[in-house]
Amino acid sequence: MLRIDEETRDAIVAHARRDHPDEACGVVAGPEGSDRPERFIAMVNAASSPTFYEFDPTDLLRLYRDMDDRGEEPVVVYHSHTATEAYPSRTDIGLAQEPNAHYVLVSTREHGNSEGPVEFRSYRIVDGEVTEEEVDVVATREDLRSQA
Amino acid sequence: MAVEVRIPTILRTYTDGEKAVPGEGSTLSEVIDHLESNHPGIKERLIDGSDAEGDLRRFVNVYVNDEDVRFTGGLQTAVKDGDQVVVLPAVAGGAR
Repeated sequence: MLRIDEETRDAIVAHARRDHPDEACGVVAGPEGSDRPERFIAMVNAASSPTFYEFDPTDLLRLYRDMDDRGEEPVVVYHSHTATEAYPSRTDIGLAQEPNAHYVLVSTREHGNSEGPVEFRSYRIVDGEVTEEEVDVVATREDLRSQA
Repeated sequence: MAVEVRIPTILRTYTDGEKAVPGEGSTLSEVIDHLESNHPGIKERLIDGSDAEGDLRRFVNVYVNDEDVRFTGGLQTAVKDGDQVVVLPAVAGGAR
């Protein structure tokens, strides 16, 4: 199960809406081994594409160095699909290389840049195998700790 | 030339969980061959194709002292004592 606070969930959704029709991407970092997504980091989609995303290699190095310095890991890796459902594509599965991360997919196909419900789903992707998991949205970041 | 090689989570199965391992070589290519001799199987995860014409995999990033090796000569990038080699898988995907 992914446990995430409202503000972080809303930030992911807002990023996806803003970048629609291109795919948006980013991570939520948290203390190593904690499984708590605490620090939202929107990344630039270097592919600027409606069907593909990739972190810029220079940004990627900076991100990982920064997480390393803070003792963090990517707890959530998120991206949006803008014309299809929020389910990992074959490309997503083939390229998933963070076995400990929750892969969050958001779909903006219904409302695009506008307000309105957005599909928000989470998966584990390990060795090419996808497992969808429940998403528990808690009110505040503090709740991530108390319920852990 | 002795260097430090930083290993990403997904490849730590080859390094007994170590985040960083010692490397040897005067080019990135030699460092990877040395890595393979200590951690068999890891080279194939980094390099695509046969030995002679092999190149870094498209979705693996390697940096020598924070420089993306795609801009510094790829596998032929020179390394010297004390350099740090960082391996990071791309974070990529998409509906395509």
